[in-house]
Amino acid sequence: MDLFVQQLVGGLATGGIYASLALALVMIHRATELINFAQGEMAMFSTYIAWTLISAGMPYWAAFFITVTVSFAGGVVIERVVIRPVEKASILTIIVVFIGLLLIFNSLAGWIWTYTIKPFESPFPDRPFHLFADISVRMHDAGAILVTLAVLTLVYLFFRFTPLGLAMRGAALNPESSRLVGIRVGWMLALGWGLAAAIGAVAGMMVAPITFLDPNMMAFVLLYAFAGALLGGINSPGGAVVGGFMVGVLENLAGTYVPFIGNELKLTLALLLIIAVVIFRPSGLFGKPVVVRV
Amino acid sequence: MAALLEVKNFEAAYGPTRVLFGIDFAVEDGGISTILGANGAGKTTTLRAVSGMIGTSGSVSFDGERIDRVATEEIVRMGIAHVPEGRGTFTSLTVEDNLTLGAYTRKDRDQVARDFERVYGYFPVLHERRLQQAGTLSGGEQQMLAIARGLMLKPRLMLLDEPSFGLAPMVVQALFEIMRQVNRNEGVSMLLVEQDAALALELADQAYLLETGRVVISGAAADIKGDDSVRRAYLGY
Repeated sequence: MDLFVQQLVGGLATGGIYASLALALVMIHRATELINFAQGEMAMFSTYIAWTLISAGMPYWAAFFITVTVSFAGGVVIERVVIRPVEKASILTIIVVFIGLLLIFNSLAGWIWTYTIKPFESPFPDRPFHLFADISVRMHDAGAILVTLAVLTLVYLFFRFTPLGLAMRGAALNPESSRLVGIRVGWMLALGWGLAAAIGAVAGMMVAPITFLDPNMMAFVLLYAFAGALLGGINSPGGAVVGGFMVGVLENLAGTYVPFIGNELKLTLALLLIIAVVIFRPSGLFGKPVVVRV
Repeated sequence: MAALLEVKNFEAAYGPTRVLFGIDFAVEDGGISTILGANGAGKTTTLRAVSGMIGTSGSVSFDGERIDRVATEEIVRMGIAHVPEGRGTFTSLTVEDNLTLGAYTRKDRDQVARDFERVYGYFPVLHERRLQQAGTLSGGEQQMLAIARGLMLKPRLMLLDEPSFGLAPMVVQALFEIMRQVNRNEGVSMLLVEQDAALALELADQAYLLETGRVVISGAAADIKGDDSVRRAYLGY
Protein backbone atom coordinates (compact mmCIF):
# COMPACT_ATOMS: atom_id res chain seq x y z
CA MET A 1 0.00 0.00 0.00
CA ASP A 2 2.77 2.36 1.02
CA LEU A 3 4.71 1.64 -2.15
CA PHE A 4 1.59 1.88 -4.29
CA VAL A 5 0.63 5.33 -2.95
CA GLN A 6 4.18 6.56 -3.31
CA GLN A 7 4.36 5.36 -6.89
CA LEU A 8 0.94 6.81 -7.60
CA VAL A 9 1.88 10.22 -6.21
CA GLY A 10 5.26 10.09 -7.95
CA GLY A 11 3.40 9.25 -11.16
CA LEU A 12 1.03 12.17 -10.66
CA ALA A 13 4.01 14.46 -10.08
CA THR A 14 5.77 13.52 -13.32
CA GLY A 15 2.36 13.18 -14.96
CA GLY A 16 1.64 16.82 -14.09
CA ILE A 17 4.86 17.79 -15.81
CA TYR A 18 3.89 15.78 -18.89
CA ALA A 19 0.44 17.36 -18.68
CA SER A 20 1.91 20.89 -18.69
CA LEU A 21 4.14 20.17 -21.64
CA ALA A 22 1.31 18.33 -23.41
CA LEU A 23 -0.82 21.44 -22.94
CA ALA A 24 1.94 23.56 -24.45
CA LEU A 25 2.08 21.20 -27.45
CA VAL A 26 -1.70 21.31 -27.87
CA MET A 27 -1.78 25.11 -27.72
CA ILE A 28 0.68 25.38 -30.60
CA HIS A 29 -1.05 22.54 -32.41
CA ARG A 30 -4.46 24.19 -32.27
CA ALA A 31 -3.11 27.31 -33.89
CA THR A 32 -0.76 25.74 -36.40
CA GLU A 33 -1.83 22.08 -36.67
CA LEU A 34 1.77 21.10 -36.00
CA ILE A 35 3.74 19.67 -33.11
CA ASN A 36 6.53 21.92 -31.90
CA PHE A 37 9.37 19.43 -31.48
CA ALA A 38 11.48 22.16 -29.91
CA GLN A 39 9.03 22.65 -27.01
CA GLY A 40 11.06 20.38 -24.73
CA GLU A 41 14.41 21.96 -25.57
CA MET A 42 12.94 25.42 -25.01
CA ALA A 43 11.84 24.26 -21.56
CA MET A 44 15.31 22.82 -20.90
CA PHE A 45 16.91 26.13 -21.89
CA SER A 46 14.55 27.98 -19.54
CA THR A 47 15.53 25.64 -16.72
CA TYR A 48 19.20 26.49 -17.31
CA ILE A 49 18.34 30.18 -17.03
CA ALA A 50 16.72 29.44 -13.65
CA TRP A 51 19.78 27.43 -12.63
CA THR A 52 22.08 30.34 -13.55
CA LEU A 53 19.99 32.79 -11.53
CA ILE A 54 19.83 30.50 -8.51
CA SER A 55 23.56 29.79 -8.70
CA ALA A 56 24.18 33.52 -8.72
CA GLY A 57 22.48 33.63 -5.33
CA MET A 58 18.94 34.64 -6.23
CA PRO A 59 16.15 33.19 -4.05
CA TYR A 60 14.37 30.26 -5.70
CA TRP A 61 10.95 31.84 -6.26
CA ALA A 62 12.40 35.09 -7.60
CA ALA A 63 14.42 33.05 -10.09
CA PHE A 64 11.29 31.01 -10.86
CA PHE A 65 9.16 34.01 -11.80
CA ILE A 66 11.93 35.76 -13.71
CA THR A 67 12.51 32.56 -15.69
CA VAL A 68 8.82 32.25 -16.51
CA THR A 69 8.72 35.89 -17.67
CA VAL A 70 11.88 35.59 -19.75
CA SER A 71 10.60 32.35 -21.29
CA PHE A 72 7.32 34.02 -22.19
CA ALA A 73 9.16 36.85 -23.92
CA GLY A 74 11.48 34.35 -25.59
CA GLY A 75 8.52 32.38 -26.94
CA VAL A 76 6.97 35.55 -28.38
CA VAL A 77 10.26 36.53 -30.02
CA ILE A 78 10.78 33.06 -31.51
CA GLU A 79 7.32 33.16 -33.08
CA ARG A 80 7.83 36.64 -34.50
CA VAL A 81 11.36 36.12 -35.77
CA VAL A 82 11.60 32.45 -36.71
CA ILE A 83 8.11 31.04 -37.21
CA ARG A 84 6.29 33.96 -38.79
CA PRO A 85 8.43 34.07 -41.96
CA VAL A 86 7.62 30.41 -42.66
CA GLU A 87 3.99 30.58 -41.51
CA LYS A 88 2.61 29.96 -44.98
CA ALA A 89 5.36 27.57 -46.06
CA SER A 90 4.76 23.85 -46.52
CA ILE A 91 4.39 21.58 -43.49
CA LEU A 92 7.78 20.02 -44.18
CA THR A 93 9.50 23.41 -44.10
CA ILE A 94 7.97 24.25 -40.74
CA ILE A 95 8.89 20.86 -39.29
CA VAL A 96 12.47 21.38 -40.41
CA VAL A 97 12.41 24.77 -38.67
CA PHE A 98 11.13 23.09 -35.48
CA ILE A 99 13.90 20.49 -35.64
CA GLY A 100 16.40 23.26 -36.31
CA LEU A 101 15.20 25.08 -33.19
CA LEU A 102 15.54 21.87 -31.20
CA LEU A 103 19.15 21.40 -32.31
CA ILE A 104 20.01 25.06 -31.78
CA PHE A 105 18.72 25.11 -28.20
CA ASN A 106 20.36 21.78 -27.41
CA SER A 107 23.77 22.83 -28.76
CA LEU A 108 23.53 26.31 -27.32
CA ALA A 109 22.83 24.91 -23.85
CA GLY A 110 25.73 22.48 -24.19
CA TRP A 111 28.02 25.29 -25.34
CA ILE A 112 27.04 27.70 -22.58
CA TRP A 113 26.58 25.31 -19.65
CA THR A 114 28.50 22.19 -20.86
CA TYR A 115 27.02 18.71 -21.03
CA THR A 116 27.99 17.88 -17.44
CA ILE A 117 24.94 16.81 -15.46
CA LYS A 118 24.04 19.32 -12.74
CA PRO A 119 21.79 18.94 -9.72
CA PHE A 120 18.80 21.31 -9.72
CA GLU A 121 17.35 22.58 -6.50
CA SER A 122 13.77 21.78 -5.51
CA PRO A 123 11.89 24.62 -3.84
CA PHE A 124 10.36 22.10 -1.47
CA PRO A 125 12.18 20.77 1.60
CA ASP A 126 13.87 17.41 1.29
CA ARG A 127 11.76 15.47 3.75
CA PRO A 128 8.75 13.21 3.52
CA PHE A 129 5.29 14.67 3.40
CA HIS A 130 2.73 12.84 5.53
CA LEU A 131 -0.28 12.14 3.42
CA PHE A 132 -2.42 10.11 5.82
CA ALA A 133 -1.91 7.46 8.49
CA ASP A 134 1.65 6.17 8.12
CA ILE A 135 1.86 6.85 4.39
CA SER A 136 4.16 9.61 3.27
CA VAL A 137 5.40 10.78 -0.09
CA ARG A 138 8.31 12.91 -1.23
CA MET A 139 7.74 16.60 -0.58
CA HIS A 140 8.91 17.50 -4.09
CA ASP A 141 6.29 15.21 -5.63
CA ALA A 142 3.50 16.79 -3.63
CA GLY A 143 4.81 20.30 -4.38
CA ALA A 144 5.21 19.65 -8.10
CA ILE A 145 1.62 18.44 -8.27
CA LEU A 146 0.42 21.61 -6.56
CA VAL A 147 2.48 23.89 -8.81
CA THR A 148 1.28 22.07 -11.91
CA LEU A 149 -2.34 22.28 -10.84
CA ALA A 150 -1.93 25.99 -10.09
CA VAL A 151 -0.48 26.60 -13.56
CA LEU A 152 -3.18 24.57 -15.28
CA THR A 153 -5.91 26.37 -13.33
CA LEU A 154 -4.47 29.78 -14.20
CA VAL A 155 -4.28 28.84 -17.88
CA TYR A 156 -7.85 27.60 -17.78
CA LEU A 157 -9.14 30.75 -16.08
CA PHE A 158 -7.22 32.91 -18.54
CA PHE A 159 -8.70 31.24 -21.62
CA ARG A 160 -12.15 30.89 -20.16
CA PHE A 161 -12.74 34.26 -18.52
CA THR A 162 -10.56 36.99 -20.02
CA PRO A 163 -11.24 38.90 -23.26
CA LEU A 164 -7.68 38.24 -24.39
CA GLY A 165 -8.06 34.52 -23.72
CA LEU A 166 -11.28 34.49 -25.73
CA ALA A 167 -9.57 36.37 -28.56
CA MET A 168 -6.74 33.81 -28.57
CA ARG A 169 -9.25 30.98 -28.78
CA GLY A 170 -11.05 32.79 -31.59
CA ALA A 171 -7.81 33.33 -33.49
CA ALA A 172 -6.99 29.62 -33.32
CA LEU A 173 -10.51 28.54 -34.29
CA ASN A 174 -11.16 30.89 -37.18
CA PRO A 175 -8.36 33.27 -38.14
CA GLU A 176 -10.31 35.01 -40.88
CA SER A 177 -13.37 35.80 -38.79
CA SER A 178 -11.04 36.89 -36.03
CA ARG A 179 -9.43 39.47 -38.29
CA LEU A 180 -12.92 40.65 -39.23
CA VAL A 181 -13.70 41.46 -35.60
CA GLY A 182 -10.38 43.25 -35.26
CA ILE A 183 -8.26 40.61 -33.51
CA ARG A 184 -4.59 40.92 -34.46
CA VAL A 185 -4.22 37.23 -35.23
CA GLY A 186 -0.46 37.31 -35.73
CA TRP A 187 0.05 38.65 -32.23
CA MET A 188 -2.31 36.07 -30.78
CA LEU A 189 -0.13 33.33 -32.27
CA ALA A 190 2.94 34.99 -30.77
CA LEU A 191 1.23 35.19 -27.37
CA GLY A 192 0.36 31.51 -27.71
CA TRP A 193 4.03 30.72 -28.22
CA GLY A 194 4.90 32.87 -25.25
CA LEU A 195 2.39 31.07 -23.03
CA ALA A 196 3.52 27.66 -24.23
CA ALA A 197 7.14 28.58 -23.50
CA ALA A 198 6.20 29.86 -20.03
CA ILE A 199 4.26 26.68 -19.21
CA GLY A 200 7.18 24.63 -20.52
CA ALA A 201 9.56 26.58 -18.28
CA VAL A 202 7.54 25.60 -15.21
CA ALA A 203 7.51 21.99 -16.35
CA GLY A 204 11.28 22.09 -16.83
CA MET A 205 11.91 23.55 -13.37
CA MET A 206 9.65 20.94 -11.77
CA VAL A 207 11.18 17.99 -13.58
CA ALA A 208 14.84 18.99 -13.22
CA PRO A 209 15.09 18.07 -9.50
CA ILE A 210 13.96 14.55 -10.49
CA THR A 211 15.93 14.05 -13.71
CA PHE A 212 18.86 16.40 -12.96
CA LEU A 213 19.82 19.15 -15.33
CA ASP A 214 21.47 18.37 -18.65
CA PRO A 215 20.86 19.51 -22.21
CA ASN A 216 19.14 16.25 -23.12
CA MET A 217 16.91 16.04 -20.09
CA MET A 218 13.69 16.98 -21.92
CA ALA A 219 14.00 14.51 -24.80
CA PHE A 220 12.21 11.74 -22.90
CA VAL A 221 9.87 14.13 -21.12
CA LEU A 222 8.71 15.51 -24.46
CA LEU A 223 8.01 12.00 -25.73
CA TYR A 224 5.89 11.22 -22.67
CA ALA A 225 4.14 14.56 -23.04
CA PHE A 226 3.49 13.83 -26.69
CA ALA A 227 2.08 10.42 -25.75
CA GLY A 228 -0.14 12.15 -23.19
CA ALA A 229 -1.31 14.78 -25.67
CA LEU A 230 -2.16 12.09 -28.23
CA LEU A 231 -3.88 9.90 -25.65
CA GLY A 232 -6.06 12.76 -24.46
CA GLY A 233 -6.65 14.14 -27.94
CA ILE A 234 -4.25 16.41 -29.73
CA ASN A 235 -6.93 19.04 -30.34
CA SER A 236 -8.29 18.99 -26.78
CA PRO A 237 -6.44 21.03 -24.11
CA GLY A 238 -8.34 19.39 -21.26
CA GLY A 239 -7.79 15.98 -22.79
CA ALA A 240 -4.07 16.59 -23.11
CA VAL A 241 -3.85 17.43 -19.41
CA VAL A 242 -5.71 14.27 -18.40
CA GLY A 243 -3.63 12.26 -20.87
CA GLY A 244 -0.41 13.66 -19.42
CA PHE A 245 -1.39 12.65 -15.90
CA MET A 246 -2.44 9.20 -17.12
CA VAL A 247 0.88 8.63 -18.87
CA GLY A 248 2.79 9.66 -15.75
CA VAL A 249 0.88 7.28 -13.51
CA LEU A 250 0.96 4.46 -16.05
CA GLU A 251 4.70 4.87 -16.51
CA ASN A 252 5.41 4.73 -12.79
CA LEU A 253 3.09 1.87 -11.95
CA ALA A 254 4.19 -0.23 -14.92
CA GLY A 255 7.83 0.42 -14.05
CA THR A 256 7.23 -0.76 -10.49
CA TYR A 257 4.81 -3.63 -10.84
CA VAL A 258 5.49 -5.15 -14.23
CA PRO A 259 8.81 -6.86 -13.63
CA PHE A 260 10.20 -6.95 -17.15
CA ILE A 261 9.48 -3.26 -17.83
CA GLY A 262 11.49 -1.79 -14.99
CA ASN A 263 13.32 1.43 -15.65
CA GLU A 264 14.74 0.42 -18.99
CA LEU A 265 11.56 -0.27 -20.93
CA LYS A 266 9.48 2.61 -19.55
CA LEU A 267 10.12 4.77 -22.58
CA THR A 268 9.13 1.96 -24.88
CA LEU A 269 5.77 2.03 -23.14
CA ALA A 270 5.29 5.65 -24.19
CA LEU A 271 6.16 4.81 -27.78
CA LEU A 272 3.80 1.82 -27.77
CA LEU A 273 1.08 4.09 -26.41
CA ILE A 274 1.68 6.61 -29.20
CA ILE A 275 1.46 3.89 -31.85
CA ALA A 276 -1.61 2.31 -30.25
CA VAL A 277 -3.46 5.65 -30.09
CA VAL A 278 -2.57 6.53 -33.67
CA ILE A 279 -3.79 3.15 -34.90
CA PHE A 280 -6.87 2.57 -32.78
CA ARG A 281 -8.12 5.99 -31.76
CA PRO A 282 -6.41 8.80 -33.69
CA SER A 283 -8.60 11.45 -32.09
CA GLY A 284 -7.58 10.37 -28.57
CA LEU A 285 -9.88 9.90 -25.61
CA PHE A 286 -11.36 13.39 -25.56
CA GLY A 287 -10.49 14.87 -28.94
CA LYS A 288 -12.88 15.40 -31.80
CA PRO A 289 -12.23 13.34 -34.91
CA VAL A 290 -11.06 15.58 -37.71
CA VAL A 291 -13.05 15.18 -40.89
CA VAL A 292 -11.41 16.56 -43.98
CA ARG A 293 -13.35 17.17 -47.12
CA VAL A 294 -11.44 16.05 -50.19
CA MET B 1 -25.54 63.40 -48.27
CA ALA B 2 -21.83 62.82 -48.55
CA ALA B 3 -20.33 59.48 -49.48
CA LEU B 4 -19.17 57.48 -46.48
CA LEU B 5 -17.44 54.88 -48.58
CA GLU B 6 -16.08 55.79 -51.96
CA VAL B 7 -14.37 53.28 -54.20
CA LYS B 8 -12.69 54.26 -57.43
CA ASN B 9 -11.09 52.31 -60.23
CA PHE B 10 -11.01 49.19 -58.10
CA GLU B 11 -9.08 46.22 -59.47
CA ALA B 12 -8.40 42.86 -57.87
CA ALA B 13 -6.93 39.53 -58.91
CA TYR B 14 -6.40 36.08 -57.51
CA GLY B 15 -2.93 35.27 -58.79
CA PRO B 16 -2.99 35.73 -62.55
CA THR B 17 -6.80 35.68 -62.71
CA ARG B 18 -8.27 39.17 -62.74
CA VAL B 19 -11.61 39.43 -61.01
CA LEU B 20 -12.39 43.14 -60.90
CA PHE B 21 -11.68 45.46 -63.82
CA GLY B 22 -11.75 48.97 -62.45
CA ILE B 23 -15.11 49.39 -60.77
CA ASP B 24 -16.47 52.53 -59.08
CA PHE B 25 -19.13 52.66 -56.39
CA ALA B 26 -20.10 54.53 -53.25
CA VAL B 27 -22.17 54.22 -50.09
CA GLU B 28 -23.83 57.39 -48.84
CA ASP B 29 -23.60 58.23 -45.15
CA GLY B 30 -26.69 56.60 -43.69
CA GLY B 31 -27.55 54.96 -46.97
CA ILE B 32 -27.67 51.42 -48.33
CA SER B 33 -25.93 50.47 -51.54
CA THR B 34 -26.26 47.08 -53.11
CA ILE B 35 -24.03 45.25 -55.54
CA LEU B 36 -25.95 42.75 -57.60
CA GLY B 37 -24.75 40.11 -59.97
CA ALA B 38 -24.62 36.43 -60.76
CA ASN B 39 -22.27 33.88 -59.24
CA GLY B 40 -18.68 34.71 -60.11
CA ALA B 41 -19.38 38.34 -60.99
CA GLY B 42 -16.93 39.49 -58.30
CA LYS B 43 -19.31 40.52 -55.53
CA THR B 44 -17.60 38.72 -52.66
CA THR B 45 -14.22 39.77 -54.00
CA THR B 46 -15.34 43.38 -53.89
CA LEU B 47 -16.28 43.16 -50.22
CA ARG B 48 -13.12 41.28 -49.30
CA ALA B 49 -11.07 43.88 -51.12
CA VAL B 50 -12.77 46.74 -49.24
CA SER B 51 -11.88 44.96 -45.98
CA GLY B 52 -8.27 44.69 -47.03
CA MET B 53 -8.33 40.91 -47.18
CA ILE B 54 -6.99 40.77 -50.71
CA GLY B 55 -4.61 43.07 -52.52
CA THR B 56 -6.10 45.65 -54.81
CA SER B 57 -5.30 48.66 -56.86
CA GLY B 58 -7.47 51.73 -57.03
CA SER B 59 -8.62 53.88 -54.16
CA VAL B 60 -10.96 53.22 -51.26
CA SER B 61 -11.91 56.13 -49.02
CA PHE B 62 -13.87 55.77 -45.81
CA ASP B 63 -15.12 59.01 -44.29
CA GLY B 64 -12.58 60.88 -46.39
CA GLU B 65 -9.63 58.72 -45.36
CA ARG B 66 -7.82 56.34 -47.68
CA ILE B 67 -8.06 52.77 -46.39
CA ASP B 68 -6.85 50.76 -49.36
CA ARG B 69 -3.45 50.05 -47.79
CA VAL B 70 -4.80 49.51 -44.26
CA ALA B 71 -4.80 46.06 -42.62
CA THR B 72 -8.13 44.31 -42.05
CA GLU B 73 -7.81 44.49 -38.25
CA GLU B 74 -7.36 48.27 -38.41
CA ILE B 75 -10.21 48.79 -40.87
CA VAL B 76 -12.49 47.10 -38.32
CA ARG B 77 -11.32 49.63 -35.72
CA MET B 78 -12.48 52.46 -37.98
CA GLY B 79 -16.04 51.13 -37.67
CA ILE B 80 -16.52 48.83 -40.64
CA ALA B 81 -18.18 45.51 -39.76
CA HIS B 82 -17.88 42.80 -42.40
CA VAL B 83 -20.43 39.99 -42.21
CA PRO B 84 -18.68 37.49 -44.43
CA GLU B 85 -19.85 34.93 -46.93
CA GLY B 86 -20.67 31.72 -45.06
CA ARG B 87 -21.28 33.75 -41.87
CA GLY B 88 -17.84 33.16 -40.32
CA THR B 89 -19.30 31.82 -37.09
CA PHE B 90 -16.93 30.68 -34.33
CA THR B 91 -18.75 27.37 -34.25
CA SER B 92 -17.34 25.87 -31.06
CA LEU B 93 -17.82 29.05 -29.02
CA THR B 94 -21.11 30.01 -27.43
CA VAL B 95 -23.45 32.57 -28.98
CA GLU B 96 -22.50 34.98 -26.21
CA ASP B 97 -18.76 34.51 -26.80
CA ASN B 98 -19.31 35.15 -30.51
CA LEU B 99 -21.00 38.45 -29.67
CA THR B 100 -18.28 39.33 -27.15
CA LEU B 101 -15.71 38.87 -29.89
CA GLY B 102 -17.76 41.18 -32.09
CA ALA B 103 -17.11 43.94 -29.55
CA TYR B 104 -13.45 42.93 -29.15
CA THR B 105 -12.02 46.26 -30.31
CA ARG B 106 -14.28 48.42 -28.15
CA LYS B 107 -13.08 49.99 -24.94
CA ASP B 108 -16.43 51.29 -23.64
CA ARG B 109 -17.32 48.24 -21.52
CA ASP B 110 -20.53 49.73 -20.03
CA GLN B 111 -21.91 50.55 -23.44
CA VAL B 112 -21.01 47.06 -24.69
CA ALA B 113 -23.12 45.55 -21.92
CA ARG B 114 -26.06 47.66 -23.10
CA ASP B 115 -25.39 46.66 -26.69
CA PHE B 116 -25.92 43.01 -25.78
CA GLU B 117 -29.46 44.02 -24.79
CA ARG B 118 -29.88 46.06 -27.96
CA VAL B 119 -28.75 43.19 -30.19
CA TYR B 120 -30.85 40.64 -28.27
CA GLY B 121 -33.74 43.03 -28.80
CA TYR B 122 -33.38 42.65 -32.57
CA PHE B 123 -32.81 38.89 -32.32
CA PRO B 124 -34.61 37.47 -29.25
CA VAL B 125 -33.81 33.91 -30.35
CA LEU B 126 -30.10 34.60 -29.84
CA HIS B 127 -30.85 35.51 -26.24
CA GLU B 128 -32.60 32.18 -25.76
CA ARG B 129 -29.62 30.39 -27.23
CA ARG B 130 -26.89 32.57 -25.74
CA LEU B 131 -25.15 29.71 -23.90
CA GLN B 132 -25.44 27.28 -26.79
CA GLN B 133 -22.52 26.43 -29.06
CA ALA B 134 -22.92 28.59 -32.14
CA GLY B 135 -22.33 25.63 -34.44
CA THR B 136 -25.55 24.04 -33.20
CA LEU B 137 -27.73 26.93 -34.42
CA SER B 138 -29.83 26.66 -37.56
CA GLY B 139 -28.68 28.42 -40.73
CA GLY B 140 -31.02 31.34 -40.16
CA GLU B 141 -29.97 31.73 -36.55
CA GLN B 142 -26.31 31.65 -37.57
CA GLN B 143 -26.95 34.41 -40.09
CA MET B 144 -28.66 36.41 -37.33
CA LEU B 145 -25.63 35.77 -35.14
CA ALA B 146 -23.30 36.96 -37.90
CA ILE B 147 -25.24 40.22 -38.28
CA ALA B 148 -25.52 40.58 -34.50
CA ARG B 149 -21.77 40.07 -34.17
CA GLY B 150 -21.27 42.86 -36.69
CA LEU B 151 -23.65 45.12 -34.77
CA MET B 152 -21.67 44.58 -31.55
CA LEU B 153 -18.89 46.62 -33.15
CA LYS B 154 -21.29 49.59 -33.20
CA PRO B 155 -20.26 50.07 -36.81
CA ARG B 156 -20.77 53.05 -39.07
CA LEU B 157 -20.76 50.80 -42.10
CA MET B 158 -21.73 47.16 -42.49
CA LEU B 159 -20.54 45.01 -45.37
CA LEU B 160 -23.08 42.24 -45.83
CA ASP B 161 -22.20 39.29 -48.05
CA GLU B 162 -25.34 37.49 -49.26
CA PRO B 163 -27.26 37.38 -46.01
CA SER B 164 -30.11 35.56 -47.80
CA PHE B 165 -27.92 32.66 -48.91
CA GLY B 166 -29.46 29.25 -48.24
CA LEU B 167 -32.26 30.55 -46.02
CA ALA B 168 -36.01 30.06 -46.18
CA PRO B 169 -37.92 33.05 -47.67
CA MET B 170 -39.68 33.80 -44.37
CA VAL B 171 -36.38 33.98 -42.51
CA VAL B 172 -34.91 36.18 -45.22
CA GLN B 173 -37.88 38.58 -45.00
CA ALA B 174 -37.41 38.88 -41.25
CA LEU B 175 -33.66 39.47 -41.59
CA PHE B 176 -34.10 42.19 -44.19
CA GLU B 177 -36.72 43.88 -42.06
CA ILE B 178 -34.25 44.00 -39.17
CA MET B 179 -31.53 45.34 -41.44
CA ARG B 180 -33.93 48.09 -42.50
CA GLN B 181 -34.63 48.95 -38.85
CA VAL B 182 -30.93 49.04 -38.00
CA ASN B 183 -30.35 51.38 -40.90
CA ARG B 184 -33.29 53.65 -40.05
CA ASN B 185 -32.95 53.73 -36.26
CA GLU B 186 -29.20 53.72 -35.87
CA GLY B 187 -28.08 55.31 -39.11
CA VAL B 188 -25.76 52.42 -39.91
CA SER B 189 -24.76 52.56 -43.58
CA MET B 190 -24.69 49.30 -45.49
CA LEU B 191 -23.05 47.80 -48.51
CA LEU B 192 -25.09 44.76 -49.42
CA VAL B 193 -24.05 42.09 -51.86
CA GLU B 194 -26.91 39.92 -53.07
CA GLN B 195 -27.97 37.43 -55.67
CA ASP B 196 -31.60 38.02 -54.82
CA ALA B 197 -31.97 41.27 -56.74
CA ALA B 198 -35.66 41.88 -56.02
CA LEU B 199 -35.06 41.75 -52.30
CA ALA B 200 -31.93 43.89 -52.36
CA LEU B 201 -33.49 46.58 -54.56
CA GLU B 202 -36.36 46.80 -52.09
CA LEU B 203 -33.94 47.67 -49.28
CA ALA B 204 -31.24 49.70 -51.02
CA ASP B 205 -31.13 53.31 -52.19
CA GLN B 206 -28.33 52.82 -54.66
CA ALA B 207 -27.59 49.80 -56.82
CA TYR B 208 -24.70 48.60 -58.92
CA LEU B 209 -24.94 45.71 -61.31
CA LEU B 210 -21.76 43.73 -61.62
CA GLU B 211 -21.00 41.49 -64.57
CA THR B 212 -17.70 39.58 -64.74
CA GLY B 213 -15.87 42.22 -62.79
CA ARG B 214 -17.34 45.33 -64.38
CA VAL B 215 -20.16 47.62 -63.31
CA VAL B 216 -22.59 47.48 -66.24
CA ILE B 217 -25.43 49.48 -64.73
CA SER B 218 -25.66 51.76 -61.75
CA GLY B 219 -28.24 54.14 -60.38
CA ALA B 220 -30.96 54.67 -57.83
CA ALA B 221 -32.42 51.35 -56.73
CA ALA B 222 -35.94 52.58 -57.45
CA ASP B 223 -35.06 53.46 -61.06
CA ILE B 224 -33.44 50.10 -61.72
CA LYS B 225 -36.35 48.30 -60.16
CA GLY B 226 -38.72 50.26 -62.38
CA ASP B 227 -36.80 49.68 -65.61
CA ASP B 228 -38.35 46.58 -67.19
CA SER B 229 -35.69 46.11 -69.84
CA VAL B 230 -32.85 46.19 -67.30
CA ARG B 231 -34.75 43.85 -65.05
CA ARG B 232 -35.36 41.33 -67.78
CA ALA B 233 -31.88 41.54 -69.29
CA TYR B 234 -29.81 41.41 -66.12
CA LEU B 235 -31.86 40.52 -63.11
CA GLY B 236 -33.98 37.74 -64.55
CA TYR B 237 -37.27 38.40 -62.83
